[in-house]
Amino acid sequence: MSNNIKIINKDYTIDESINNILEALIYLKENQNNELSFKYGCKSGVCGSCAIRVNGVEKLACACSINDNDIIEPLKNLPILKDLIVDDSNIVNKLDQSKSFLEEKSTNDISQSDVDIIDIESNCILCNSCYSSCPVYEVNSDFIGPFALARAYRYIEDKKEQNNKTKLDAIQKSGVWDCTLCGACDLVCPQNITIKDDIMKLQNISVQNGYENPAFSSNAGGFDSFDSGDFGFNPNGF
Amino acid sequence: MIYDAIIIGSGGAALSSAISLKQKGFEVLVISKSSNTASQTTQAQGGINAVLNENDSVQSHIDDTLKSASNVGCKSSIEFMCQNAADTIKWLDDLGVPFSKDENNNIAQRALGGASFKRACYSSDYTGLKILHTLFDTSIKLGVKFLFDTYLLDIIVQDSQSKGVIVHNMKNGNVEQYLASNIILSTGGYGGVYYNYTTNSAGNTGDAHIIALNKGATLENMEFVQFHPTALKDKFILVSESARGEGGYLVTKDEKRFVDELLPRDVVAREIYKKMINNEDVFLDIRHLGLEKILHLMPQEYKLCLDYMDLNMDKDLIPITPASHYTMGGIKVNKELQTNIKNLYSIGEASSNGVHGANRLGGNSLLEIITFGRTIVNSIKVDNEVEDKIYDELKIQENYINNILQNNNNENFYKIKNQLGDMMFKNVGLFKDENRLNEALEFVQKQIKNISNFGISDKSKIYNTNLKEFIEFKNSLGICEVIIKSALSRKESRGAHYRVDFDNINKEYDKSTLYNLKDQNV
Repeated sequence: MSNNIKIINKDYTIDESINNILEALIYLKENQNNELSFKYGCKSGVCGSCAIRVNGVEKLACACSINDNDIIEPLKNLPILKDLIVDDSNIVNKLDQSKSFLEEKSTNDISQSDVDIIDIESNCILCNSCYSSCPVYEVNSDFIGPFALARAYRYIEDKKEQNNKTKLDAIQKSGVWDCTLCGACDLVCPQNITIKDDIMKLQNISVQNGYENPAFSSNAGGFDSFDSGDFGFNPNGF
Repeated sequence: MIYDAIIIGSGGAALSSAISLKQKGFEVLVISKSSNTASQTTQAQGGINAVLNENDSVQSHIDDTLKSASNVGCKSSIEFMCQNAADTIKWLDDLGVPFSKDENNNIAQRALGGASFKRACYSSDYTGLKILHTLFDTSIKLGVKFLFDTYLLDIIVQDSQSKGVIVHNMKNGNVEQYLASNIILSTGGYGGVYYNYTTNSAGNTGDAHIIALNKGATLENMEFVQFHPTALKDKFILVSESARGEGGYLVTKDEKRFVDELLPRDVVAREIYKKMINNEDVFLDIRHLGLEKILHLMPQEYKLCLDYMDLNMDKDLIPITPASHYTMGGIKVNKELQTNIKNLYSIGEASSNGVHGANRLGGNSLLEIITFGRTIVNSIKVDNEVEDKIYDELKIQENYINNILQNNNNENFYKIKNQLGDMMFKNVGLFKDENRLNEALEFVQKQIKNISNFGISDKSKIYNTNLKEFIEFKNSLGICEVIIKSALSRKESRGAHYRVDFDNINKEYDKSTLYNLKDQNV
């Protein structure tokens, strides 16, 4: 028995004994098509190298089983270098844009429950699945984007952080208010990070710290400005 | 542009050194074959050792490490590492690593094999991942310059001093030259040459080891390859030692235990392999810990078993196998972490500075990479005058790449690469003897002789993984030859090196195995 799969518009047949997509890609490269190009590393879901789309949905190739007629494509919204390999230089740029790092260490006593608050977010593997799925990033490459905002949240909510101002400043423009809260990123995150919730919380934290949604500010037209270009992205559905 | 330091690699050792150097005002460039946070460090699950409890003692940590090193390690390096361990943890904690906490809000610690105290600090079972990502974030904060998707081809050495590197940039397909007063090799281990039988990442093929060797560096103790007892069967995905540290059992199909699970890794791995040779399956059993505890203590392992094996750790026995996991040997360095080439340094798993000796303790690998990664700042000097010019090595490497691209591909090297993995695991694995080693050496040397027969089909310029994997294959053959020759020369059993034909430790071998191109084995 075998499965038929399509990799970037090319058909392949894979013996049923190979039931994992990364294993199939490696098998095909070694035995049928030496030119087939993809990235991988740890084979165990932590290095973030092998994210692809399977039937339109972002997956880690190493953690994904094969089904007959699977269609395998590269991630979206990132420049394709070759076959399934995308240019991931957005990672450093976006993390820098969101200033996702510890700015100034506090002297707070940290408990396990404090660690738990940022536990899931600090499991991010930077696989870019969330960027591929993001409809805002698709149309606006300036958008800070899902993983960089989730990581900003990870540091802003870290009780170790004494100074959140740089991060909160950084995530206002093309950041928390540009997200439509559609939750597409949550659905594809291999680490089950609740990115949409984190961005909503960042919006609340921003308001608590005196920032405001530019869509509501007088300069941007406010509530009544139905013809405002920002309205379509208004995350709160007002 | 001449950098103060070029760091090859982007794992925990590399980023610790990049951060420390940058903080001191040095201009650094990190060049890595992978990109962003795709490094072996992310796979370290269990923990990082340090004496933090008043009932524990640094001397006890030193003694445990020395015992595991089995008279092959370097006592002063071990003392340095253990004495600085608490400071290493504080440094990581200050950078933002979210260590798990105990009920008194102190950093929580767990037991790992071979340790006489609960001294492994952890972040659930994502310790390495959370450390590496925190280091990455800090590197970005400090403005460390990265060049990813770019692998090392050669080191420029003149008058026994390193001057720079020649690399192949996969993104643009160009061979490029970068100059620096200091070169730091932190490229990880070479366990990936046990292809298909390793928990290591695909690219851990000892490229820098072979390049340094060819430039006159010495490789040390290359026969000491650690096999982890518990990788997921057929998948070779690591299940951390923490599973046993927290009370997991190793059992046969009839659920009978057959070994003390907390004995050193090599002993446990050999006992498991003996069962497997007799066609008996071996399982990890942690069902008795219960779902809540498993999810709290080892969420990653639970997820791995579910995602990759479709098994629930709280309900199912988990089939496991030993796998090549860590390489104690490496590029020999002195106390300043310098190789025998001036201004060429090596840190982390790539190096051999004597802290692991014949076998590494669980929790000491993360400790080593961070501690010595930070320490390099005390060693490097910007007194190496590097002339800013195009060195001959650039042209040589451009020709080398062009030749590979133009060569015919008469024989599929991937087929041989798989055979090499089989041969290394079976003949140069948990149980070695003269005959098996010689058979493996003959196989490897035959492929080296035959190398011009292999080639690549992909002739494209941008992101040519076929080319990269061919170069890795060539490097693997070189590494395997050194491993086998070193293993043949050590006619005894010690630590992770087990010879069936010399199954006892022999005091005559209370020394390191050295390999360089001049003398071969010493």
